[in-house]
Amino acid sequence: MAAYLGFKEVWRNKGRFLLFSLVIALIAILVLFTAGLGEGLASANKEYLEKLDAQLLAFQADTGFSTIESRIDYRKIQRIRQVDGIADAGPIAFSNVKIVPGSDIDLLDVSFIGVEAGRPGAPMAQVGENLRSNRARVVLIDQRVADETGLSVGDTMTIQVTQGTEDELFELRVIGIADGQQYFFRPSVFVTLSVWDLYRPKADPNAYTTQPAVNVIAIKSDNSAALETIPASIDAVIDDIETTDIRTAYESAPGYSEQQSTLNTIRGFTFLIGALVIGGFFQIQTLQKIPQIGMLKAIGTPNPIVASASVLQIILVTVFGVLMGGLVTLGLAIGLPSGVPIIFTGTSILIAFVSLLLIGPIGGLVSIRMALKVEPLSALGM
Amino acid sequence: MSNTNIIETTGVTKVYEGNGLTVRAVDEVSLQVRAGEFVGLVGPSGSGKTTMLAMLATLLRETDGKAFIDGQDLGVMTDKQRTQFRREKIGFTFQANNLVPYLTALENVEVMLRLNKMNGSDCRARAKDLLTRLGLEDRLNNLPSQLSGGQQQRVAIARALIHSPSVVLADEPTASLDTERANQVVGIFADLIHEENRAGIMVTHDLRMMKYVDRVIQMVDGRIERVITDRADIDLLAGTSEFDRLDHQETVSKPERVLQADPVRYSPSPMYAGAD
Repeated sequence: MAAYLGFKEVWRNKGRFLLFSLVIALIAILVLFTAGLGEGLASANKEYLEKLDAQLLAFQADTGFSTIESRIDYRKIQRIRQVDGIADAGPIAFSNVKIVPGSDIDLLDVSFIGVEAGRPGAPMAQVGENLRSNRARVVLIDQRVADETGLSVGDTMTIQVTQGTEDELFELRVIGIADGQQYFFRPSVFVTLSVWDLYRPKADPNAYTTQPAVNVIAIKSDNSAALETIPASIDAVIDDIETTDIRTAYESAPGYSEQQSTLNTIRGFTFLIGALVIGGFFQIQTLQKIPQIGMLKAIGTPNPIVASASVLQIILVTVFGVLMGGLVTLGLAIGLPSGVPIIFTGTSILIAFVSLLLIGPIGGLVSIRMALKVEPLSALGM
Repeated sequence: MSNTNIIETTGVTKVYEGNGLTVRAVDEVSLQVRAGEFVGLVGPSGSGKTTMLAMLATLLRETDGKAFIDGQDLGVMTDKQRTQFRREKIGFTFQANNLVPYLTALENVEVMLRLNKMNGSDCRARAKDLLTRLGLEDRLNNLPSQLSGGQQQRVAIARALIHSPSVVLADEPTASLDTERANQVVGIFADLIHEENRAGIMVTHDLRMMKYVDRVIQMVDGRIERVITDRADIDLLAGTSEFDRLDHQETVSKPERVLQADPVRYSPSPMYAGAD
């Protein structure tokens, strides 16, 4: 009976309910875009770190886990590898360069990341080969670089780097393409540590070593139980090092937590507005329907049927609105330029989707309570 | 008309209290209505007739006294039982807002069947038959907004009778109708109550409609002032149109004389109220 009344009312008032579904769809678009933006911005910050084949990162002590500030002597890597519970450790050195893709395409800013071939920190190639020789002038690029520059395996990539006061051009042969590995809002290219130190931007063009100071050390352990004790073990034997997990590391990146909390606040307010809009709509509708609800109760319609019919309508309108919003968002996302940092995968999108489906019933609770409290006598003006 | 009392009240009273005031909206009313009997409940505004109707419809609890419908004591029922009782035993038409606006005429009648879990095709056929009988065969699939006031009232009558209730109650069913439509609607209502052997009570200000009822109960200040059973007197009463206007006439008209007549002949006694 509740389904009969609920569906009939929606069906016979399609325009009104569709209009409201459209409002929910707009809210859904806003929430999903905010969630997608949050996910995209977070990913642009942390994608490389999150995909590391490592569980811990070692930083220079007292740098607040900042990869920019941290400087670690290369020789400490060997000592870290000897700590109990550590399976392997690899150096990571960060810098920025520009790729010169061709005459018609603008220079592309990329993260220029030095790693040790075969060690934690060096990504695996999806196409072509992994980095191998430590001295070969080859580069592994991530998929975004390949997409934006058109470079493929075997091509020669030209980078523009400021060394001293001059812009220098260097050539590297692309040997492989890894999946997305953004770091600090830039796509990434990977070279061995010695090549990195040779081509990185620096004040003295002649300063070069095969074992330069690195920013962080990626630490891999096969023993999950040991992960808790490894930071203390490293601290006990190696000076001026502090170790943390990957999540803490990327959350410590400058601006990361501020950015995410801003987006979460926007999302929270959008949910709140959504719940209030839905609540307001159904309250107004219930107010308009008081004589009708009163009449239904007067002829013997039990409260559970009145409430269920309302709940059903709220769910129907919300689900339809959220699905519409989801589809529109998907369509818009496909049409967006690849540079816009929006990602529609991951748990935050799922949470946003489920939350959107929940705000309808939550927002409509007051109207359901209102409907249950309708007194037939006063509603009918008797 | 059978001799079985379907509605029976004894000393039913409804008292409203608030702001230091006590109002006895219905004051020790005792009445009986038999199966197949159609009673007109008249009286000036504030005389307690709608309150009485609401108590019989189990929409309002009596403060004192006893009310029985089909032998069931309304006073001892829980709210849930009262809702079920309304659904099964009572048919109701209201002054306005009678129909569900998003259901067609046929669906509005079927609602009552669905509420009572009578969803068979024979029930649907019965709803169609009843609406056809009420002259609405061409309007079965029309929404209330596509029906005139009289047609809406006829749909409400069909809904009030479709589930074979023991009691049919009507609150000012002609309030929004012109004379012709009012006569048509109440005439049909009276016919169906008689044919289907229901106990019917109609609250109205329109004394012209009294020609369709079997008995008139006049209420004043919450009490039964008179009960008129004589056909000739009822028809005389039906010669006027407005009860309220009757109260304010300076010259004494024939209908007024009926209402102000010898209290022995028109006794408010409960014993007389049930007699024919």
